[in-house]
Amino acid sequence: MSGTASAVVDGERNVRADFPILGARTSRGKPLIYLDSAATSQKPLVVIDALDRYYREYNANIHRGVYEIAARATDAFEEARAKVARFLNAGEAAELIWTRNATEAINLVAWSWGGANLHPGDVILVSELEHHSNLVPWQLLAERTGAELRFIPVDDLGELQLDRLDTLLERCKIVAVAHVSNTLGTILPVAEIVARAHAVGAIVLIDGAQAAPHLPVDVRALDADFYVLSAHKMLGPTGIGVLYGKRALLEAMPPFLAGGDMIRSVSYERSSFNELPWKFEAGTSNIADAIAFGSAIDYLAAYGMEHLRTHERTLLAYAFERLAALEKRGLTIYGPHDPDRSSGVISMNFADIHAHDLASILDTEGICIRAGHHCTMPLMGRLDLAATARASFYLYNDRSDVDALVAGLEKAAAIFRLS
Amino acid sequence: MDDFYRDFILDHYRNPRNFGHLTEPDAVAEDRNPLCGDEMRVELEVDEAGKVSDIRFSGKGCAISQASASMLIESAKGKSLESILALNEESVLENVGIDISPTRMKCAMLGLGVLKSAALAGIAKASPE
Ligand SMILES: Cc1ncc(COP(=O)(O)O)c(C=O)c1O
Repeated sequence: MSGTASAVVDGERNVRADFPILGARTSRGKPLIYLDSAATSQKPLVVIDALDRYYREYNANIHRGVYEIAARATDAFEEARAKVARFLNAGEAAELIWTRNATEAINLVAWSWGGANLHPGDVILVSELEHHSNLVPWQLLAERTGAELRFIPVDDLGELQLDRLDTLLERCKIVAVAHVSNTLGTILPVAEIVARAHAVGAIVLIDGAQAAPHLPVDVRALDADFYVLSAHKMLGPTGIGVLYGKRALLEAMPPFLAGGDMIRSVSYERSSFNELPWKFEAGTSNIADAIAFGSAIDYLAAYGMEHLRTHERTLLAYAFERLAALEKRGLTIYGPHDPDRSSGVISMNFADIHAHDLASILDTEGICIRAGHHCTMPLMGRLDLAATARASFYLYNDRSDVDALVAGLEKAAAIFRLS
Repeated sequence: MDDFYRDFILDHYRNPRNFGHLTEPDAVAEDRNPLCGDEMRVELEVDEAGKVSDIRFSGKGCAISQASASMLIESAKGKSLESILALNEESVLENVGIDISPTRMKCAMLGLGVLKSAALAGIAKASPE
């Protein structure tokens, strides 16, 4: 792969060398061109090593052992939490709850906060472009509580239409909205939504699954009430995610799952619950993956989130420029089509080639993209699309990947005999 | 997979045979593949002997699902409903005559499932309990 050469072109050190998988070849002998980071990112060696080191050197359960490796595991686990807190500029580490992923974090809020605070006639407001993970939990919550689910509309470019927001916010208790659309890459105006929701006394959960990996995020500057993310989309392992919540909200919420670790004292009749954040972490946590996620955060912080954003913006601009030639041959790009309003995602269709066929043809060239509805079926219906082909970028992608994508699309055009 | 997109496949994709609807179908079935959003509907006309006298399919999907369905549906005309029920994955692959990668097998088999459901519906209609 031409990673080294492109890294020089980009004036950056060779990030690709940090990701062992990017040196792999497919069974057809093609270099792996990974353009599906919006689904899950690749992992740098430091993260793989952190997992390995934990299991080899200090695997022990946390928060109870008195022996040395148990103390070391507990420290590393809590230090990882502190790293995430700094990364998001949270006020304190106790406001970060470990979950399995963003989906579980949203469900935690829907069950715990939602169950305690929503009543018939209250309104839950989401947008039309949410991932199923930030839609279905609210549908179920509305069913359980008799609350009404409303939607912030999107336009054909995937931008939220905020002109009717104040009407939609009437009787609203909670707004749940993505920070970045996983299907279109649109960066959404969450700060404005938070301000207007707060003005009527509603709280806001921001689904940062696609934003935290790509943009500098400051939960206090955003004044987010809840912010959720998944480690696996930001260089970390699968199976670990985060719920950030303001202390006052988390303290007032009832526990979500019950069991060991989340209690202070237990009698046969009743229990009192642990303090934050452990009140929401029942049972043995995903210790290894939390620690390794801490290493991913270190890696991202060292790379620099501003730097990352600049890198992706430059790459997107280059991709739009290269793809323009194909637009004349029937390529359609969805979403804002503007590197300043979009984060590393390009969603497209090519003439009458179905997205799945496109993905299959690209696969023969070692190029990994995603085809389908991207877990946003209502949005696809809204945009009148059955499926799109989505290429998504991250810090390890460079111009050579865009060039490979364009060459792959040209191959597809030839196979399908497009003029 | 490179080899899949041959000219005759693209021809079936772009010009599917027996595509559309029957005015008075005797049996109908439809299904979708939620993974890719592919949709398919099959309509059958059955004669007294229990054979398919006319057939149509409709829907949308990738080249693999549409071309496989078009070829399969074409071959179903004149067959008895029972023999349609006996069709399996191998019959489809034989029909298509080209290797299909495991990740795309579902696409290739969408038409088979819907055709068999339609045949079942036809049998049920012919022999009400
Ligand atoms: C915007 C958005 N929200 C939520 C999720 C759910 O993430 P996870 O499956 O890791 O819980 C995703 C993952 O694709 C996403 O893109």
